[in-house]
Amino acid sequence: MSISVSMNVNGKAVGAQIDARMLLVQFIREHLGLTGTHVGCDTAQCGACTVFVNGNAVKSCSALAVQFEGAQVTTIEGIASANGEMHPMQAAFKECHGLQCGFCTPGMVMSAIDLVKRNGKALTETSIREGLDGNFCRCTGYHNIVKAVQMGAANMKGV
Amino acid sequence: MNAPEKQPGMGASVRRKEDYRFLTGNGQYTDDVRVPGQTYAYFVRSPHAHAKIRKINKGAAMKAPGVLAIFTGEDLAADKVNGLPCGWLITDVKGQPMKEPPHPALAQGKVRYVGDQVAVIVAETYLQAKDAGELLEVEYETLPAVVDASDALNPGAPAVHDGVPDNRCYLWSLGDKAAVEATFAKAHQVTKIDITNNRMIPNAIEPRAALAHYHRGDDSYTLYVTSQNPHLERLLLTAFVLGLPEHKMRVIAPDVGGGFGSKIPLYAEETVIAWASKKVNRPIKWTAERSESFLADAHGRDHRTHAELAMDKDGKFLGLRVKTTANLGAYLSTLGSVVPTYLYGTLLAGQYTTPAIYVEVDAAFTNTAPVDAYRGAGRPEATYVLERLVSAAAREMRLDQAEIRRRNFITTFPYQTPVALQYDTGDYKACLDKAMKLADVAGFPARRAEAEKRGKRRGLGYSTYIEACGAAPSKIAGMLGARAGLYEAGEVRVHPTGSVTVFTGSHSHGQGHETTFAQVVAGRFGIPIESVDVVHGDTGRIPFGMGTHSSRSIAVGGSAIVKALDKIEAKGKKIAAHLLEAAETDIEFKDGKFTVAGTDKSVTFGQVALTAYVPHNYPLDKLEPGLNETAFYDPLNFTYPAGAHICEVEVDPDTGVVKIVNFSAVDDFGNIINPMIVQGQVHGGLGQGIGQALLENCVYDRETGQLVTGSYMDYAMPRADDLPSFKVGTHVTPCTHNPLGVKGCGEAGAIGSPPAVINAIIDALAPLGVTHLDMPASPERVWRAIQQAKRTKVA
Amino acid sequence: MYAFEFHRPKNVSEAAALLAKSKGKLIAGGQTLVGTLKLRLASPGNLIDLGGIGELRGIKREGNAIVIGATTRHAEVAQSPEVRKAIPALADLAGGIGDRQVRNMGTLGGSVANNDPAACYPAAVLGLGATVHTNKRTIAADDFFKGMYETALQADEIVTAISFPVPKRAAYIKFCNPASRFALVGVFVSQGASGVRVAVTGAASSVFRASEMEQALTKNFSPDAVKAIKVDPGRLNSDLHASAEYRSHLIIVLTGRAVAQALGQ
Repeated sequence: MSISVSMNVNGKAVGAQIDARMLLVQFIREHLGLTGTHVGCDTAQCGACTVFVNGNAVKSCSALAVQFEGAQVTTIEGIASANGEMHPMQAAFKECHGLQCGFCTPGMVMSAIDLVKRNGKALTETSIREGLDGNFCRCTGYHNIVKAVQMGAANMKGV
Repeated sequence: MNAPEKQPGMGASVRRKEDYRFLTGNGQYTDDVRVPGQTYAYFVRSPHAHAKIRKINKGAAMKAPGVLAIFTGEDLAADKVNGLPCGWLITDVKGQPMKEPPHPALAQGKVRYVGDQVAVIVAETYLQAKDAGELLEVEYETLPAVVDASDALNPGAPAVHDGVPDNRCYLWSLGDKAAVEATFAKAHQVTKIDITNNRMIPNAIEPRAALAHYHRGDDSYTLYVTSQNPHLERLLLTAFVLGLPEHKMRVIAPDVGGGFGSKIPLYAEETVIAWASKKVNRPIKWTAERSESFLADAHGRDHRTHAELAMDKDGKFLGLRVKTTANLGAYLSTLGSVVPTYLYGTLLAGQYTTPAIYVEVDAAFTNTAPVDAYRGAGRPEATYVLERLVSAAAREMRLDQAEIRRRNFITTFPYQTPVALQYDTGDYKACLDKAMKLADVAGFPARRAEAEKRGKRRGLGYSTYIEACGAAPSKIAGMLGARAGLYEAGEVRVHPTGSVTVFTGSHSHGQGHETTFAQVVAGRFGIPIESVDVVHGDTGRIPFGMGTHSSRSIAVGGSAIVKALDKIEAKGKKIAAHLLEAAETDIEFKDGKFTVAGTDKSVTFGQVALTAYVPHNYPLDKLEPGLNETAFYDPLNFTYPAGAHICEVEVDPDTGVVKIVNFSAVDDFGNIINPMIVQGQVHGGLGQGIGQALLENCVYDRETGQLVTGSYMDYAMPRADDLPSFKVGTHVTPCTHNPLGVKGCGEAGAIGSPPAVINAIIDALAPLGVTHLDMPASPERVWRAIQQAKRTKVA
Repeated sequence: MYAFEFHRPKNVSEAAALLAKSKGKLIAGGQTLVGTLKLRLASPGNLIDLGGIGELRGIKREGNAIVIGATTRHAEVAQSPEVRKAIPALADLAGGIGDRQVRNMGTLGGSVANNDPAACYPAAVLGLGATVHTNKRTIAADDFFKGMYETALQADEIVTAISFPVPKRAAYIKFCNPASRFALVGVFVSQGASGVRVAVTGAASSVFRASEMEQALTKNFSPDAVKAIKVDPGRLNSDLHASAEYRSHLIIVLTGRAVAQALGQ
């Protein structure tokens, strides 16, 4: 079944007639060509597909695009400044070597920003580790990701 | 050769050049690549562990919307497409070659594991291909299946391959059996263990994918694929399987989202779509769903071992004998045969002076996914056997876990082991001492007592491991059955204005080569790291190389680059001598400047580069223009990273839950170029090793052969809150036989950590009477071990 | 995923009419359903999206109960000051379902209507003696959960809200399946106007009340009261992650710990 959907992605209004079966992540990757959002599993565990919908981190592989009519969606491509300067969380991941192969990274960064926004700066190592339970990383053993989130939290303004 | 001096550019934690693109969503992974007109492939896979294919009816599926073609094993056979090759021939105890049954890319007549490829459907969209897959009628006649290697070797077990009725691929041995028997005859004490090395699913977060594009215009192919070794992939695919000349295929492994060994092999899927893209004259993309990755990625480990250690009255090791049964899966994967043999048996000396060692490996075909390299590949299995055995021996001899190790450490180098390897250098005691400080072993008794007050049990576990990396001297590999060389290639292209592009045969899928290799080059030439870019992963651009595995990139790939740098420097000196009107032998190169020794006359590296490309004032009669050098490096020996890992656990005896409260690792990787990246590699390896020890386990149903742990709902991946922060340190003894003095660091964490974890749990529970545990040490397993020990104590 | 028609009703009665007519499936957060569809384990033909129906979402205090709309997200329950104040155990439970991203999408009504044997919410509904409100009637928790993935809901019935009575004290302890992080065993203990209730999830084919433990705790609400009780493993699940015997042991241990937590120990 073909159905229309429209939403705002990274500040741009987008709309399309799509197969109702299209997942949000397919809409983002295949329809909009925003390939920074990744798919690492099919059971909603790995979190590589994490994006913001109306300010909340969600797994775009386990939701249909049509569920988000009218929503504000932000992907990894939408969080750096217009001039390309990285978001403090992105910068912290680079500084702390919180990424290796880079595949889980976009979802991890989105999830980390969401975690800081929800919990403010009062995050401990334990609460960061627990708060990243929706994201798998196979490369880093999470050690430097935890450090990156701590640094990113400290450097995020207005939280 | 003496230990090389420290090179310029080494030792700084330069932040990674590749990170910006990954962090901003600008990485380009295989599934991100789209070409006009691309179609999609869906693989119909066997739902049975073992069955004859009676009939395949394409009719209904072919009529489904969007379907362009359906191919089966018969179509491949008709086109004389060969099976997938194995890269290493093992010779068995009787001098006979291993059994090498055909490995068709699409099943021919029979399916041998759940997930075995039966047919491919090519359609305009992936959903259409998948929908049509449900309409493909395959008639199976199911056969009894066998998934456990020991079961498979029992008389009367179902034969996975008709040509191998006993399922035995080989019975292989290494070492002097008679010498070992003699040591056991005079032993004061013999410690014995029976252990399982649990089967693992590698689980790189990027699922495998490929995009095959046939170009009719020049009868050539471009294949994008998630590979750790694009040249090896191309060689196998063209020369061995499809019968094409290599130059007609360009293999590109773009950004690859983790490998861990699972992206070394040539797989059926990319083979089939490359072939099919010519048939349909359209590009074809295939991306694995995670469920397919579970079924059809090469798995790792899966050993069962009985091992015995003979000691004298002081706990000195006299002899070691090991009998291992290894599961190879249904087919021989690219490196499937060598992992449980030369990458395993040769490591059984560990860090110890055990004078006599004998190992036998019985390798079986089963109705499971092929087993191949997984981070460490053979070396973690060897380390697990040895380090469990040594800690068990310490308990039986009433010796401290550290003390028994110290008594047996190798202290003089080079050291020839009784299992073929010759260690060039190391300082095992120094690593252990540092690790014990890092782990605050001195404070452990107080921590244990404090935990006991809370009803918890604490334990310390040791593992002092060695690995053989930097594979490998081609001559030795060839003598042992390798079907390829194991050198590496590097090309250094200096551009006219002095910036540099490096082309390497190594492949980076997380290791940070774009930074580390650039550091080596920038340091050598005295130019900013921003002026150096590293290109890898594209057979159309890089020289022929063997790719990235067995922690070989810096030791072998880095050495090739250094050799090319040597050539550049030598030529640069000639050019500088001409410009400075001095003798070539008087030219020194330092800090980016060619200087006439003892004078202040100099030219910069940039000036020399420009002169090479704009040779107006140039010795054209003696020297070619240009500054572009390629080198191939074949290693003289393996490298031998080694280290000491100490794990501290706290066990909740009421539930069996194990918490790692402290993990300390001190590793000797030789010289270190980028400590930040090296530490990251250690962390990642530890994550996987601890994952194996506590969480991960691939399980097939013993009756039906179905994969029970077929998704993340049942296969326990380590999450952030499953792991501790790690304490890592290094101790440096430079490698003596490569120009950078480096050893490799990619696998150490996964090799050293599993026995440290299990030894720690056993140490925690030993007062309750627990002496053995298998991986993964799940809460129920630990709880049961405690209950069992309680019952034994009462009885 | 098989093809389906997608509907976006504006209110509950429209949704109910569509449901009755199409025999389709309701989708709220979709955190279970979309996964099921992706794996082609269901082919509903019609999906009726409750996401746009405002009346189904929200949290309010009504007398001595907390009433939570069916499409209220787990994260909203976990972060609700109202819930945190009245029934902290419920906020904790909601904050431990799935992971952060799942909690931003998953809904109370979806979880309860699905009645996954390892889900957390059914333990709270049963353990607090809550009342399930539907578009047709109200159903007591004790009558709601019927078996594995089975509830008292009729084919065209829609959960609209759940009313949780505020207990004197309560606690939920979940022992996670190490892979899925669903409850391998989860125990919800409460002491309130209707006495002591102990609800166990993850251990059997459906959430159930542990009556022997309720009796013991009624006499003596302390961790020690349940120590000597044996839970018959016969009715419990055995699987890759835990045998029935181990689950039966865990139920006792976790109940004791939940009681201690409820008492603030």
